[in-house]
Amino acid sequence: MNYHNPSNFSDAARIARDASGVTRFLAGGTDVLVQMRAGAVTPDDIIDIKNIPGVDAITRTADGGFIIGAAVSGAQMGADADLVSAWPGVVEGMELVGSTQVQGRATLAGNLCNGSPAADSVPGLIAAGATAQIVSADGVRDIAIEDIPAGPGRSNLVKGEVIASITLPARGQGGGDAYLRFTPRTEMDIAVVGCAINLTIEGDVITSARVALGAVAPTVVLVPEAADAIIGTTLDDAAIAALMNVVSAAAKPISDKRGTAEFRKDVVGVLAKRVAKIAYARAKGEAV
Amino acid sequence: MSKVHVSTTVNGEAVEFLADTRDSLLDSLRDSLGLTGTKEGCGTGDCGACSVVVDGTLVCSCLMLGVEAQGKQIETIEGMANGDALHPLQRKFIEHAALQCGFCTPGILVASKALLEKNPDPSEEEVRYWLAGNLCRCTGYDKIIRAVMDAAEEMRGAA
Repeated sequence: MNYHNPSNFSDAARIARDASGVTRFLAGGTDVLVQMRAGAVTPDDIIDIKNIPGVDAITRTADGGFIIGAAVSGAQMGADADLVSAWPGVVEGMELVGSTQVQGRATLAGNLCNGSPAADSVPGLIAAGATAQIVSADGVRDIAIEDIPAGPGRSNLVKGEVIASITLPARGQGGGDAYLRFTPRTEMDIAVVGCAINLTIEGDVITSARVALGAVAPTVVLVPEAADAIIGTTLDDAAIAALMNVVSAAAKPISDKRGTAEFRKDVVGVLAKRVAKIAYARAKGEAV
Repeated sequence: MSKVHVSTTVNGEAVEFLADTRDSLLDSLRDSLGLTGTKEGCGTGDCGACSVVVDGTLVCSCLMLGVEAQGKQIETIEGMANGDALHPLQRKFIEHAALQCGFCTPGILVASKALLEKNPDPSEEEVRYWLAGNLCRCTGYDKIIRAVMDAAEEMRGAA
């Protein structure tokens, strides 16, 4: 296995493009090393991106958004007070990934590229309307997070493409987001169902929303009809009932050792109700 | 298989080793540097027995390549006691009998030390959450938590 340590993303992408065998990018390594250990993946070339300048930094965009470098760890996100204040749902999703030790290494971009439908950080990113900056030898492009997962363990990125950073938009006024998952244990577990909601309000009325579900389909999914169920409402009981019905109908889960399809379709509604209430309270400026 | 020359710092001491690119940091510590206090439990980041601190961050050494240690500051269980003087956490683990087989103990001590450096006055709940990635199959955790809380109290008094 060749270990590469490029100093910029163009070189990283070029190494991947020109490689003839199995290639893996290495950020936190908390999935790649597990796959290597299990024998599931035997890379011929591993491309460590952590020594690229700026890759471990959280920076602000001109309009108040956040650019999170591809090697920023969950622990770093949790320690960034501005980020936690603006996008608590994104941060709480990421912080559910693994243990303290894993949090010291694991990254948003890695959780996304690992392609698990149960990835805890991905619903929050999709709900937030985040984008990923993709670098290839041909240039740079930005792509919506929801367009990246392709199926369990698969992404729509092609050989020679690498995520350099993830951009969260400016939070703006009257916004709130939240993420909850269902797990039998409180820690060190994988979501049986996950739900993230991001919404904005004017007065008491929801003016925009995005709802993303995890672990109920082959990928994390954005559910526009769930957002439609609460937009224009004050999140009254009727709106919540509609939201619960819509997410339950949108969920296309499988039955596995962590939960049956029937259970997941039920729980996704309960989670959506709770998440919507938290996001709404946060949008109103209440501490939740 | 070509090996990579790695220069790093372990417990304050400059060291060098040759790493097979597939070696984890855990492999390098144990097999190349002879520092066998760091244990391999699962090898997949679930059990925390291989916990070390890299540039101030608690990590599983099984989830990091040995070649990634280049230029880093690494702290392992071997650097915890000051000569023959045990660290307060080590003393309290003995006092409270917070171990049986002892396999998880180095990782739990390293993780607990990292917690108390960040938060000298943690609640029991904070200790339990922080150590959620350190599995112990002997003690049932209760004595471990009591030992960490007691050590924290003593260290606050000494500070």
